[in-house]
Amino acid sequence: MSTMAPPMPFTADRGATLAPNSYVDVPYEEKLRLWEEVKSDDRFPDYLYGCYDCGICVAACPSAKYYDFSPRKIAQAAAREDVELIYEQMNDDVWNCSQCFSCNRCPRQNSPGGLITLLREVSVKNGLASAKDALEGYGRVVYKIMTTGTQISPDMLQPDAFPDWGPDVEKTSDNLDLWRRALPPETLHTTETSWVVSDETLIELYLIWLHSDVMDIIKEADEGLHMIILDVMEETLEDAGYEV
Amino acid sequence: MSTEPTFIPLDAIRRAPVPDPANAPTEDIRELLFDLEDAGELIVQRVPEPYVEVMTKYGRMKKIPLDKTWHHKSCGQCGHIPGYSTSIFWLNRQFGMSYDDPTDQTSCTAWNYYASATSNAVAQAAVASRNFAAAYATGFYPMIHCGTSYGHYKETRAELVHHPELRRKVRDIMAKLNKPLIVPEEIVHYSEWIHVMRDKIAERQVRDFSSITASIHPACHYYKLVTEDAIYDPDIYGGQRTATVTGLVEAVGSTVGDYSTFFDCCGFGFRHILVQRDFSRSFATQRKIEIMKEEANPDVVITHDTGCVTTLDKSQFAAKAHQRNVGVPVLSDAQFAALAMGAHPYRVVQLHWHATDYTALLEKMGIDWEQSWAEFESDLKRIESGEIEYLSWEDADA
Ligand code: SF4
Ligand code: SF4
Repeated sequence: MSTMAPPMPFTADRGATLAPNSYVDVPYEEKLRLWEEVKSDDRFPDYLYGCYDCGICVAACPSAKYYDFSPRKIAQAAAREDVELIYEQMNDDVWNCSQCFSCNRCPRQNSPGGLITLLREVSVKNGLASAKDALEGYGRVVYKIMTTGTQISPDMLQPDAFPDWGPDVEKTSDNLDLWRRALPPETLHTTETSWVVSDETLIELYLIWLHSDVMDIIKEADEGLHMIILDVMEETLEDAGYEV
Repeated sequence: MSTEPTFIPLDAIRRAPVPDPANAPTEDIRELLFDLEDAGELIVQRVPEPYVEVMTKYGRMKKIPLDKTWHHKSCGQCGHIPGYSTSIFWLNRQFGMSYDDPTDQTSCTAWNYYASATSNAVAQAAVASRNFAAAYATGFYPMIHCGTSYGHYKETRAELVHHPELRRKVRDIMAKLNKPLIVPEEIVHYSEWIHVMRDKIAERQVRDFSSITASIHPACHYYKLVTEDAIYDPDIYGGQRTATVTGLVEAVGSTVGDYSTFFDCCGFGFRHILVQRDFSRSFATQRKIEIMKEEANPDVVITHDTGCVTTLDKSQFAAKAHQRNVGVPVLSDAQFAALAMGAHPYRVVQLHWHATDYTALLEKMGIDWEQSWAEFESDLKRIESGEIEYLSWEDADA
């Protein structure tokens, strides 16, 4: 535990934390730095206006029904600036959220789900081990979106990936090319992307990734994935005459 | 009586006044957009005529374009439930509406925003603006297929309006693409088009749906993420719940099977549906399908988002294996409307991509599904033999 007293403008109980000391090896200053990064985001003031502790968000929350998880605790920790607890939440709770935004019915106009989006972004951007764990098995999804501009491509329907969806998945996968050709809209005859995305569109998408710091986030989350995506983008952009 | 919800006391509904836009708790984002346009900061794409004006949550009116629409497709619809998008296009064609199905379109990429946090506000706003600029260049108006893209674009629009620094960054990126910063006057979801077309759909109805009970699942990202410009109607649930989807089900003469977990999400969860699916399966079946079965025993669930159709439909297989009380097919409002208007269940509605048994539903609709499947199989043979390369729109209506 750090000896530095945490600043807690929302509570008179300075230094109090509801975190059960599960990340004692991480210095308080580091936890505070991450919290300051969350607070400095432009979106933060729109997501937290204080918290009544009323629990309306919990009643609406699907994840609270199946996990040891509470949007009220997220909002409370943020409102009290309980830096220890926020760090713990960044490492664990935030990955349970379904991002459904049912909690937006908060009478205080908070968005606990929005706060969670920010907490996740900061944990990924800073390469927290738990964020890397949470994203394991997720690289293909990120790769697909960033390199093709679509996600949930037809060829993702593989029986070994979705055994719990029953035998129809195998039937779809076996007939994929044929069934895609039996779709009247011309843009849907694809198997590797959800629809035909033009080359020029992809170039513009890659330029957006390059000019918006997204590649830095990917690098922190997964260096190997970063290299693969960058290779694809560079090749396309250089072929099109762009200097990368 | 389908318009009388079981779970909100009717007295309370009758007491609820029609909302007065002058007292709306939120700002009218469109006014702020026009101010920014006057200041030369961005271009607002106007809703083209003809359009229909409908009431939204706080009593404001929203313009829904009927014609000349630019279809912002959805990854999940096009990838895994392609009958969803095909039905939307088919309906447009049936009504002689001109539409653009662009290849100059990417997904909203919100998967990287809500699921894995591997994006940021600037990138998301730039992706949205790029798609909007692509639509603007065609002169057609964006119609968003996906509930998440729709909600996310409304969120992005608010961020662009409120944060000058974000606007500057996005404008800089757009300049590198040689595109202006464009924001549409209204963000329109396809189900809003279906909602305003529902009486015309009913006029063209060729199948009797009066014996069908449908439970509605409203998509969270349609009406919760940014609440104010979802459609509400005093004649549907007394204006206390979004009218979209329910309006169509009533218009085609089906019974709305109300249930107590109407406001719950479907369990999709973004990352959960891919890497933590035990949650999605449990939530979809225990909190939605089983409750619907117990309380309304519907023939079908109708919803209006990709993730909802997928989660509610596909989750039922494993639950059935555990002898749970499931087994309700799940369709989009577009598929339901297309079937009402006589669309082929496989050539157009593409039901073979769905998992939960839908044959009893088709029989109730008066559709000989075995004959329809035989017709579709003969199409597949024509493609396999090389006689035709693809199934055309003409084939779909043959
Ligand atoms: S967005 Fe997250 S915290 Fe909010 S209700 Fe949905 S699952 Fe719960
Ligand atoms: S975030 Fe809002 S709904 Fe949740 S406990 Fe706090 S005030 Fe109540």
